[in-house]
Amino acid sequence: MMHSAFTRSIRLGVKSLLLHKLRSLLTTLGILFGVSSVIAMLAIGEGASEEAQEQIRRLGSQNVILRSVKPLEDKVSGPSYSANAYGLTWQDFERASETFPWVENSIPVKNIVQEVRFEDKVINPRILATTWEYQNVTGRIVHRGRFISQADDDLVSNVCVIGYEVSRLLFPGLESIGQKIKIGPEYFKVVGVILPRVPLSDDLPEVDTSVTSEILIPLTTGRRWFGDMTIKIRSGSREMEQVELNEIVLSARSPSHVSYIAAASREMLARNHKQNDYEIVVPLELLARAEETKRIFNIVLGCIACISLLVGGIGIMNVMLATVTERTREIGIRRALGARRYHIMLQFLVETVVLSVGGGILGILLGVSIPAFVEYFADMRTIVTFSAPILAFGISVSIGLVFGLYPAWQAANLDPVEALRHE
Amino acid sequence: MELIAELRDVSRVYQMGDVTVRALDRISVPFGTGEYWAIMGPSGSGKSTLLNVLGCIDRPTGGSYFVEECNTSDLDDDDLSRLRGASIGFIFQSFNLIPQLSVLENIMVPLLYQDGSASDGLARAEALAERVGLADRILHRPSELSGGQQQRVAIARALINNPKIILADEATGNLDSQTASEILDIFSELNSEGKTILLVTHEESIGEQAQRVLCLKDGKVDLID
Repeated sequence: MMHSAFTRSIRLGVKSLLLHKLRSLLTTLGILFGVSSVIAMLAIGEGASEEAQEQIRRLGSQNVILRSVKPLEDKVSGPSYSANAYGLTWQDFERASETFPWVENSIPVKNIVQEVRFEDKVINPRILATTWEYQNVTGRIVHRGRFISQADDDLVSNVCVIGYEVSRLLFPGLESIGQKIKIGPEYFKVVGVILPRVPLSDDLPEVDTSVTSEILIPLTTGRRWFGDMTIKIRSGSREMEQVELNEIVLSARSPSHVSYIAAASREMLARNHKQNDYEIVVPLELLARAEETKRIFNIVLGCIACISLLVGGIGIMNVMLATVTERTREIGIRRALGARRYHIMLQFLVETVVLSVGGGILGILLGVSIPAFVEYFADMRTIVTFSAPILAFGISVSIGLVFGLYPAWQAANLDPVEALRHE
Repeated sequence: MELIAELRDVSRVYQMGDVTVRALDRISVPFGTGEYWAIMGPSGSGKSTLLNVLGCIDRPTGGSYFVEECNTSDLDDDDLSRLRGASIGFIFQSFNLIPQLSVLENIMVPLLYQDGSASDGLARAEALAERVGLADRILHRPSELSGGQQQRVAIARALINNPKIILADEATGNLDSQTASEILDIFSELNSEGKTILLVTHEESIGEQAQRVLCLKDGKVDLID
């Protein structure tokens, strides 16, 4: 019984809304755009923040990374032939690894700038000379073969581990393990292929290219063949740089120690470096900052959404007030035929809720498809969380209720005699 | 004789700025069950106000109005609405059908507001449509019907809850004489089935059909016959 009365009033509401199709449609648009923009913006924001967080996590949330940075210097006119020494030193490395009590592992990393050749192919990947522990700290996954071993380091072997991308570029369709590639003037044997920390699928090539276009060689080998000097030849000038270490990765015993290591590193480097030739990257802090940014983003988004939905709600209220005036006589007739105030109220509330829910549903459909378009055309990651459409739907129902209440109340409280006299 | 409704010293006073208008001035009328009343009087005599009070859409400012021995002054707005729905059938001069509903839906409107809606509502509405001769028009809109047909729909609508009192306000005022007499025939028929009919009119000829006549003048009872 209750059920049929309910469906009947919804049917009645839909029917009278369909009498003014254009008006109902235009009213719905306010809610439609409000809801769809909420969903779309949430999805895009969620996607962007997820991407940022993943990048940070890839650095290793338990690590503190010290990096060499070329300091800003006063430009000296004319070509300079002296070596420009800066950056982290072996001394820094020893101090950190021997004196910081919370460090589990400390890994030195040197960047080597050399061309890589195989047969007639030439590429310029990122070449890192590091130790076997690098894998544990950064969580690289060995796809095939093996990682650099302690023995490689001890024996100063000419071996290398290449990223997936490198393997694809140099050895398309070939087995890369066992091949010999030329790094600078030296030949290196490929012993393994690595993937980044988060593998997307077993042999899927669409993985993070910044990581997979790396080549790793043992630190001792790197120091022997390539030394600390980098020579860049630019038009008319030779620039020499001397960097002992490009990166020191310090991994903490536990996440709670990360901030101690960061503070100690800051102090240690500030004391020992005259110029500002280093930076300290703390992924955990970046992560916290990314989360804070996301929170602020969500608040801003929430405000925009509230305003647009408020505007939509006011539109609905406006139309409903006009409808009540227009249908005053009908209200009078219904009252004379036995309708109680509550019946009239319900009738108009149902209409507003149907309007706002209709707008809400269309808005959800639009809101879910916008991120798909963005993903396709702008190549941005988007995430439509399950809760976003539900939230949007709830909001549109409440808007219908809140903004329909006053017009419905006004309709219910019309004097039947007056209403019947209304033309 | 058993009374279906009774006005006891009923007054209805309107305050319009500084002027006090006594639309009804201490009127007492007993309406017997099954009687056919014509309520007459010149315009401005208080007929419409009286009809509103009798139909429970307006309340007297003085005196009491009883419907089936129940004092309407004791009822709140909801109870008054229930009373209207259950005991009183309204028929208006301008038909007052709801334009977006079909004939059948119009007839069924009062059912929407009854507690414990009847499952045979549809069958009853169809039977009533048949009775007023509109069985073949039940899916039409009011705008597709002639005045006489619209008034028949209104009569069917007034009867759907099987009320004891039928209130007709100049029900034939907008109709030609031929159609008007058909409608009046329906009223006579309903009266013979035991319905109490209160018909507001200013036409003498219609008043003569009625069994009893109430004439109003300046808000007072001029004549009860």
